[in-house]
Amino acid sequence: MEDKLILNGHEFTSRFILGSGKYSLELINAAIENAGAQIITLALRRAAGKDVENILDYIPEGITLLPNTSGARNADEAVRIARLSREMGCGDFVKIEAIRDSKYLLPDNYETLKATEVLAKEGFVVMPYMYPDLNVARDLKNAGAACIMPLGSPIGSNKGLCTKDFIQILIDEIDLPVIVDAGIGRPSQACEAMEMGAAAVMANTAIATAGDIPKMALAFKKAIEAGRESYLAGFGNVVEGGARASSPLTGFLHD
Amino acid sequence: MIILNGESCEKTDTLLALLNEKNYRTDRIAVEINGVIIKKADYEKTTLNDGDKIEVVSFVGGG
Repeated sequence: MEDKLILNGHEFTSRFILGSGKYSLELINAAIENAGAQIITLALRRAAGKDVENILDYIPEGITLLPNTSGARNADEAVRIARLSREMGCGDFVKIEAIRDSKYLLPDNYETLKATEVLAKEGFVVMPYMYPDLNVARDLKNAGAACIMPLGSPIGSNKGLCTKDFIQILIDEIDLPVIVDAGIGRPSQACEAMEMGAAAVMANTAIATAGDIPKMALAFKKAIEAGRESYLAGFGNVVEGGARASSPLTGFLHD
Repeated sequence: MIILNGESCEKTDTLLALLNEKNYRTDRIAVEINGVIIKKADYEKTTLNDGDKIEVVSFVGGG
């Protein structure tokens, strides 16, 4: 059976959700291709008019668009942005961001939950960015979220899995895809998240601020695939104190 | 006068006329007037009133 990421019945073979922020439109196509990504995040902003270049012209056909609600400070604003995004005619996916802390950009779980309740009822595929809290994760599932997206560390920090133990609790306890979002800075960290059993990894800054953006997208793809494969394979035992020989302990030449 | 994305500008008869005047690509935007989303199919028949607050949004890169 093929290993798939399933979000409200939508199936994906890629487990790498790529952000599109902070790099040039010309590089988006190469980044998507190298990442093997099938889902791309976007943001909604006031339009400039005057035939400004549009990011949608640079994203290949068949890629699922995942608009975020960045800029929303509460549930009402997130719902408003989600509805406007859907009006663009690019599908029902939405990544909820409800953030009122401008220093650490930590998500407001309470407002995120309220927005999830509203948008799930309206038929959105709701993907909430959240602080890894087990109780809230359960509430998000009950509210109709398609997955949960706990942060590894603050947005754009490239610090990796600072919340590792708490993400593991969510993976163990929540019967929804757990997609590690925010803060993943290196392929090794993405791989580690996947080894833990995360369903997918979302990354933007790590790629956007790399020396070679398409190359880093490829590195992340490989790391995420490696992490997934190893999770599915199952890890061998760790030996505490001492060693365990890999070669046979019989037939030595000196016997 | 109307308020378009936070700035005052001259009113046009219809929403579509305004969008055309400002060179918006209607397939790349979503529009809200006074907090209510306007369907694309309704751009032409939506008339504007003095003081309307119009938001025209589109997608940009984001994470």
